[in-house]
Amino acid sequence: MSEHYYHAPDLARFSEIGEDAPHLAEKFFDWYGAVFAEGALTEREKALIALGVAHAVQCPYCIDAYTEACLEQGSDTEEMTEAVHVAAAIRGGASLVHGVQMRNRSRQLGMG
Amino acid sequence: MMGKVLPTLQKRRAELASGRAQRAALAGVPMARSFEESLEGAALHPLRATGIEILQVNVGKKCNQTCTHCHVDAGPDRTEMMSDEVVDAVLDVLASTDIPTLDITGGAPEIHGRFDELVVRARKLGRHVIDRCNLTIVTLPNYKYLPEFLAEHEVEVVASLPHFKGKQTDAQRGEGVFDQSLEALRRFNDAGYGREGSGLELNLVTNPVGAFLPGDQAAMEVRWKREMRMRYGIEFNNLYTITNLPISRFLEYLQESGNLEHYMAKLVGAFNPAAAAGVMCRNTLSVGWDGVLYDCDFNQMLELPLHPDAPRTILDFDRALLDNREIVLGPHCFGCTAGGGSSCGGATA
Repeated sequence: MSEHYYHAPDLARFSEIGEDAPHLAEKFFDWYGAVFAEGALTEREKALIALGVAHAVQCPYCIDAYTEACLEQGSDTEEMTEAVHVAAAIRGGASLVHGVQMRNRSRQLGMG
Repeated sequence: MMGKVLPTLQKRRAELASGRAQRAALAGVPMARSFEESLEGAALHPLRATGIEILQVNVGKKCNQTCTHCHVDAGPDRTEMMSDEVVDAVLDVLASTDIPTLDITGGAPEIHGRFDELVVRARKLGRHVIDRCNLTIVTLPNYKYLPEFLAEHEVEVVASLPHFKGKQTDAQRGEGVFDQSLEALRRFNDAGYGREGSGLELNLVTNPVGAFLPGDQAAMEVRWKREMRMRYGIEFNNLYTITNLPISRFLEYLQESGNLEHYMAKLVGAFNPAAAAGVMCRNTLSVGWDGVLYDCDFNQMLELPLHPDAPRTILDFDRALLDNREIVLGPHCFGCTAGGGSSCGGATA
């Protein structure tokens, strides 16, 4: 048992998730590959989106993988930092917009 | 103005200045499989040359820059220069064969005292000539004539520019290099290079600024053309993506940054049989500043000469023994077979 919940070399073992459910893993990896292939969006744009999402879901494996992917696709740290800010803004905004619900409920309950 | 120019590995008396030490460092990296095993899996072992389409001549290690990724360990403090005897032998080989392309590299090859003569005489023989130019050289007083001279002789210019932004370029090539490179590119454009219909080819080379692989060459070229035109009004013909090989100063960077194992694993994992079939060593013969022959410029820096059955120097040139020679391999060769492949002319697959 690892002493850490996250272990960097585990990223390279990602395919092991297929060991007890190969038919599901095959579907996932095929789909995953198709998602990131050049389409209406370029591979570079998709890698930047993935980097932002990786920060939103706070996955260290994804952050490592998509930092490297973004650099390989020719993005620079200026663009990558903006992508992280986009993710952070959505996360922050998602919290803040719930404040409207708080205010609605507060008005419902309160007298003032 | 360019910032401080760093000393070379040789000047610092660093261990990695020797090819033997570099080979030992690479041999010590644990790898999932050897390059030879990967070639066997692709039915390409032993790898053999298919002929000589390109005579690539490294005329010397002197350069006005000391880029952090340089596999030649070139710099202002290097003194190795091709002798008259070797230059004459190169020209004799061109004259006595039908090798279509002379590819002149260094260092900054234009510094060599007989660079202009090599260009003029090779062109008179009807050969295509490539100048591997670091760009900043043409901004120095003694070399300002180069864009017009190269245009007059219709030389293909392959110029290094890691990124279309200054931060990355200066990080790899030295402070102030980006601005000087733009000035040089404008001068090449003014001489007709990169302009549609001029026939004067200006191709840019981008190496990743760090321990990662280059992206898709075609997609990057589209973006680079747009950015270079929009930001700086600069035109060029093709973008070549070239993988950094774990040699010399880039090897030192990989070691010091703790990236060597990761980078080698990345190269091994990205082995592409199609790229392996198209590696440049199969149609290139590389000549060192001292006349010694190699399969490529990388083997040259690792001091890995041709197979013992092939001639040792350009003075012993023998086409029959070279055309189908067995290529000398090492773990660094994974750099040319990863992903889309890599060569002096960019991606190969």
